[in-house]
Amino acid sequence: MFEEKVIPLDSWVSYFVDWLVENHRDFFQSLKWPVDQTLNGLDVGLNWFHPLIIIAVISFAAYRFSGKRLAVFSAVTLTLIGLLGLWEDTMTTLAMVLSSVVFCALVGIPLGIWSGRSDRFETALRPVLDAMQTTPAFVYLVPIVMLFSVGNVAGVLATIVFALPPVIRLTSLGIRQVHPELVEAAQAFGATRWQVLRRVQIPLAMPTIMAGLNQTIMMALSMVVIAALIGAGGLGSPVILGLNTLDIGQAVTGGLGIVLIAIILDRITQGMAQKK
Amino acid sequence: MEKIIIEKLYKIFGDKPEKAMELLKQGENKESILDKTGMTVGVQDASFAINSGEIFVVMGLSGSGKSTLVRMLNRLIEPSSGRVLVDGKDITGMQQDELVKFRLHNMSMVFQSFALMPHLTVLENAAFGLDLAGIDKIKQKERALAALEQVGLSGWENSYPKELSGGMQQRVGLARGLAVDPDILLMDEAFSALDPLIRTEMQDELLKLQKRDQRTIIFISHDLDEALRIGDRIAIMEGGRVVQVGTPEEILQNPADDYVKAFFRGVDPTSVISASDIVRDTQLTIIKSRVGSLRAAHELLSSKDRDYGYVLDSEKRFLGMITAQKIRDCLEAGASDNPIDQCFISDIHTARMDDSMQDILPEVASSNWPVPVLDEQGIYKGVVSKNRFLRTLHRTDQAAAE
Repeated sequence: MFEEKVIPLDSWVSYFVDWLVENHRDFFQSLKWPVDQTLNGLDVGLNWFHPLIIIAVISFAAYRFSGKRLAVFSAVTLTLIGLLGLWEDTMTTLAMVLSSVVFCALVGIPLGIWSGRSDRFETALRPVLDAMQTTPAFVYLVPIVMLFSVGNVAGVLATIVFALPPVIRLTSLGIRQVHPELVEAAQAFGATRWQVLRRVQIPLAMPTIMAGLNQTIMMALSMVVIAALIGAGGLGSPVILGLNTLDIGQAVTGGLGIVLIAIILDRITQGMAQKK
Repeated sequence: MEKIIIEKLYKIFGDKPEKAMELLKQGENKESILDKTGMTVGVQDASFAINSGEIFVVMGLSGSGKSTLVRMLNRLIEPSSGRVLVDGKDITGMQQDELVKFRLHNMSMVFQSFALMPHLTVLENAAFGLDLAGIDKIKQKERALAALEQVGLSGWENSYPKELSGGMQQRVGLARGLAVDPDILLMDEAFSALDPLIRTEMQDELLKLQKRDQRTIIFISHDLDEALRIGDRIAIMEGGRVVQVGTPEEILQNPADDYVKAFFRGVDPTSVISASDIVRDTQLTIIKSRVGSLRAAHELLSSKDRDYGYVLDSEKRFLGMITAQKIRDCLEAGASDNPIDQCFISDIHTARMDDSMQDILPEVASSNWPVPVLDEQGIYKGVVSKNRFLRTLHRTDQAAAE
């Protein structure tokens, strides 16, 4: 039994992707445009400023949202990254992570709010989110390359697919966690649906939404190496290069850069979530 | 005047309320409908009216439908059928935007769990309804501060709710309700989460505010003492039905069924029934300006065959009391032309209309004559006799025992 394939799913999928590429590549290429603009803007911007200014800005943010310790840690770490010769890659990675997060927030928070307010929508959305989080990235790298060609933008798009679910899930959770009595009270005083959302649900869900963004940033960072496989630059590329040439030192250096930048971003956004 | 009229109001929780309504019409009860259809009858066939300016208490055990009933008044819960009229306007038929306007201006609500916005300051919480209504910021602040002052929270404007005690939080809740200056205030077990001492204090506060503002207040409670204390009238609910509506005295003296009786079993009738409920204008009254002298008063008493009389001025204000015996004593002392107030019997006690039977018991018991009852202006309203007092006690006792 089962010696022969009965359902040729593989050829269906291949056929479908081919069809998409053949007929709708223009549409997908046009999707690239906003991502491309944001990413390039950030990349150029971050690399244009003098590193000391970037270090100062990040350390200040760390001080503002967390405290002195993180500020000092950020300054030291970023200097170390510079001394390791990773500055340019780090800025590219930062630009990629930030643009992924911007788009995740733009898409994810509204979807999260919708799913927080509608059980039906949440039920429909849940399997999609599960699939986005569990499908191995390697599976969708190929279609993404076929539709969007290689490069940083394709890397960001792959990252968005993987990093989007947490912000949706946690936004929805945050909205649902708002005490129903508070919503009822707002309604009793004549709040419209929009007012309930804007004055009660969103402000009270804010810490949870921020936690979702924090998770999204962490997941975006974990995609850096995989994105490098499809030609995205940044800290992923020394790792891939190191792997391919068995240059352990180079791979570890790149990896260290990712870890350090992850710690800084994590602590800053956690601080933001708590401050709100 | 009737402010709110509730007509045949039903609420059925479930996906096919029509089916449950059908079963209800066939005489099925709440339990059998739940068994057969899985639907819960929240409120069934509620019809009554709430008067303008009264505190109307909706009382019942938990699950009796009182919260559901009250939430149908501002349609936080949509009725399954029936109508609610406020000032003759049909609330149940309102479109969403009309309903929002109605909630903004006419009806506000105070919640058991306070339901204050934790991310807003006390002032912002108090101004919440005004802010929703789009009133300009300066006016908002003014009115919210005034409302906070009314509930005794001046100086706490910039605190956050979590920094306040439960009693103070509920004051903020009350201020939020008052700030929009609604004519109707819904209070959903507003004081139930407070400890007894604070609860009594808040009840007094509410009564004080009510004396001034005369709003129509619908107050949900499961606490009989509270209901008796603040309620002008009470509706008692059981299993989604309104079993009885009336003043505390009416319900106490004529409970509609065993459930109501059981509810009132522990209640001391003398604390509920007030002098105004049992006062009777059966005694001889003498208008002083018309009688004048002692002799004339004596003649009046003997012509009416009475041993005593109550002397009033021309506006019916109570002046004092005379007895035939005392007048004879005065006459013998040779003061026949003296005005009668020279011959009033001393140490006469009077009762007020809103005194409870408990309050007047010592006077009734110790006095040889029926105790005169006066209103707030001192106008004579009649008397409470020993006989009447005992009879009332006896009747409520019987009602409770039946």
